[in-house]
Amino acid sequence: MEQFWDIIIELTEGFGNTLLLFAVTLVFAFPLGLLLAFGSMSKFKPLKWFVKVLIWVIRGTPLMLQILLVSFIPQYVFHVPTKELAAALNITINTTMFLFVALAFVINYACYFSEIYRAGIEAIPVGQYEAGQVLGLTKNQIFSKIVLMQVIRRILPPMSNEIITLVKDTSLAQILGVIDLLNAAKHAVNHYVILTPFVYATIFYLIFNGLLTLLLGWIEKKLSYYKV
Amino acid sequence: MAFLEVKDIYKNFGETQVLKGVSFDMEKGEVFSIIGSSGNGKTTLLRCLNFLEVADGGKITVDGEQIFPIDAEGKKRAKVDKKRLTFGMVFQNFNLFPQYTALKNITLAMDVRSDNLLKAQNVKGAEKKRLLKEAKEKNEETAKQILTRVGLENKMGNYPCELSGGQQQRVAIARALALSPDILCFDEPTSALDPELTGEVLKVIKQLRDEGRTMIIVTHEMEFAKNVSDKIIFMADGVIEEMGTPAQIFDAPQSEKTRAFLSRSNEQEAGYDA
Repeated sequence: MEQFWDIIIELTEGFGNTLLLFAVTLVFAFPLGLLLAFGSMSKFKPLKWFVKVLIWVIRGTPLMLQILLVSFIPQYVFHVPTKELAAALNITINTTMFLFVALAFVINYACYFSEIYRAGIEAIPVGQYEAGQVLGLTKNQIFSKIVLMQVIRRILPPMSNEIITLVKDTSLAQILGVIDLLNAAKHAVNHYVILTPFVYATIFYLIFNGLLTLLLGWIEKKLSYYKV
Repeated sequence: MAFLEVKDIYKNFGETQVLKGVSFDMEKGEVFSIIGSSGNGKTTLLRCLNFLEVADGGKITVDGEQIFPIDAEGKKRAKVDKKRLTFGMVFQNFNLFPQYTALKNITLAMDVRSDNLLKAQNVKGAEKKRLLKEAKEKNEETAKQILTRVGLENKMGNYPCELSGGQQQRVAIARALALSPDILCFDEPTSALDPELTGEVLKVIKQLRDEGRTMIIVTHEMEFAKNVSDKIIFMADGVIEEMGTPAQIFDAPQSEKTRAFLSRSNEQEAGYDA
């Protein structure tokens, strides 16, 4: 029984990192994705093509590879070994690794989000913009007061998909040794030489994704008080 | 000098010349209907007046003030935003904001304007908050009155999806009226409506005429145009082919094209009856 609780505590700590990575990714990738979406729709061609190429590269390569590349950049591009970087920033190596992972996640998810935003924005009928214009609203006012809410409503289902995928993708963090939920389970499996930690981890994932699904469904219902 | 002077408006879309020099004058309180076949520039003309399209050439003056072209280069956008409020616009497809109630559809732009006014007066902080709140309450009151005038006092809290097409279009008219434009434009206001719903919208437009509103209406409803208008503009091939009182245009058209168009639309109406 003591062993059970030891395992649960280890898994909970791992789950803490999973949650943190999940939250950090969403908090930064939501706005960054919107900026990228504007970039990919920009009339300024160089910006538009830069964003398009970025999205192509990010979507065209594995996230795990991107995490590795991000972690190599300080050493191989700026000739700053990770240890020195950690010392300079006054953080532990573990935290540094976590930051590398988070950076890769934010960029990766922002690219996927940006395509969802773009689809949502382009689906808004031009009449909505024109109605705003003839009422004397500025471009920004039209976007924030008229378009944005309609975009959010339209993109919620595909966003929910990505958000749930993100929960599972967090397990890629272990490539840099970050102790996420799955990595913690693996440690426990090796340490105690039993397979049950994997079962517990499964239950953790399922409960969390179940709650997320309920929450996203609730938001979707809240937003569907009108028909588009 | 006429209230609205439109001179030599040109507009091309790529290679296609849509407006080839359109000119007309209009007095305050007059109602003009623009008729003609589809693709002859009626809607484009209206959109040029509302700055939804920028004309390639010509001049528009309202009450002695030139509103197009805008001479001062700097702050061009801001100026357009301000000047376009000279005109109100009612669209064929209503273009209501689906996430807001009928009432909020109307107060939205009013509130933004109140906010802009306070900003322009450099009011800040708590004072601004208080004044804005006051203005918003007043806007809501005004919006309610206007909705009552178009017969929707019971639908203020409804979302557009809960309203019939005719009701939606009346909300759209109320929304345009709320900013008290000098000239109200209608772009085929009943074309997207089921036939049995056109009556309620046309009734509202008639009521506005009786109140002395200056209006320009692009329409395919010939009977209505005849009844409600002071002048009829018949457009063909991007120019005003003929212009005159309803009696002149409908009973004694001078141009061959006008005659052909009117007999076609008469045949169609007769066809519906059969």
